[in-house]
Amino acid sequence: MTRALVNAPKTARPGEVIEIRAMIAHPMETGYRIGPNGAPIPRHIIRRLVCTYDGAEVFAADLYPAMSANPYIAFSMVATASGTIALAWTDDHGATQTATAEITVAG
Amino acid sequence: MTRGGRAVGVTAAALLAGGVAGAADVEPDARRSGADFMAPETRAMQADDASNPGMLWVLEGERLWAEPAGPEGRACATCHGDAARTMRGVAARYPAFDNGSDRPVDLAGRIDQCRQARQGAPPLARESDPLLALTAYVAHQSRGMPVAPPGDTRLDPFRENGRRLFQQPLGQLGLACANCHDERWDGRLGGAPITQAHPTAYPLYRLEWQALGSLQRRLRNCMAGVRAEPLPFGAPELIELELHLMQRAAGMPMETPGVRP
Repeated sequence: MTRALVNAPKTARPGEVIEIRAMIAHPMETGYRIGPNGAPIPRHIIRRLVCTYDGAEVFAADLYPAMSANPYIAFSMVATASGTIALAWTDDHGATQTATAEITVAG
Repeated sequence: MTRGGRAVGVTAAALLAGGVAGAADVEPDARRSGADFMAPETRAMQADDASNPGMLWVLEGERLWAEPAGPEGRACATCHGDAARTMRGVAARYPAFDNGSDRPVDLAGRIDQCRQARQGAPPLARESDPLLALTAYVAHQSRGMPVAPPGDTRLDPFRENGRRLFQQPLGQLGLACANCHDERWDGRLGGAPITQAHPTAYPLYRLEWQALGSLQRRLRNCMAGVRAEPLPFGAPELIELELHLMQRAAGMPMETPGVRP
């Protein structure tokens, strides 16, 4: 079940600094909690978020257990050319969820 | 948690009968949404769909709305079409009277009933992600519209019972809902503001829960808070309480999905 929201401007001028806001549904289970049966709940968090712009990596973040569930991350980048902004979240199970946004850059 | 839950605070109520009989509802002009009591940052989080985590469930609900279920492969959209048109204002009128069971039914209950009867799909558990997602998606279509409780007179006895429950002392602390939410809503409990208990933003995302939850989950929280045994999910008393609360909030704008601390 992929539930991710990516918010990026539809259009920008060349060289403009734009803000990308991304949110994904994920339990971000810390691994420190004890379940009702007394056994620890296994850790299950997103480890890394990578953003690529036209195939080139422009932003990456390592996530740790202190992040809340359904993490929201905002960052800025410079718009250079029209293309695809792709985000990929990889979690402890090795599963990768992706979401994309298209941007048109014109002067 | 067993069937004994239905008897919450009945003994205490008998002893303290009429303990808050004089409690008056919040004045209509003084009514404020729970969002009004929040920090500016939390209000901003709710106001912006890109940062409101409740939208993740709304998005999932939109997907489920169009997904076929049951043996005949019918989706919600097969009968109800475009939710933006057909479901607009619906949540603002719930709970409504259900002819089949001769009882009021809340929005989540109606969705599940429709799934079982019309789609022939297996029931969705209360508070499960799919049911919360569908409820949030349907209720989201009413965002900004005023709460409009139905005038159906068959609801009156249930609504009256909800009103009675609201004023009935519960649990070891012997507190009624009205003690805080009618009489002391401008105060604080611990560090947190007490609010007026207007359920206009449900299902909502509570930062404390780190998840979307229903009004029933919230009501059960409060019951545990006054050290009463919480009523089970789907209990008729919870729906009667919701009827009373929606009547109290009549005319206030819907906010689903809300964000609360």
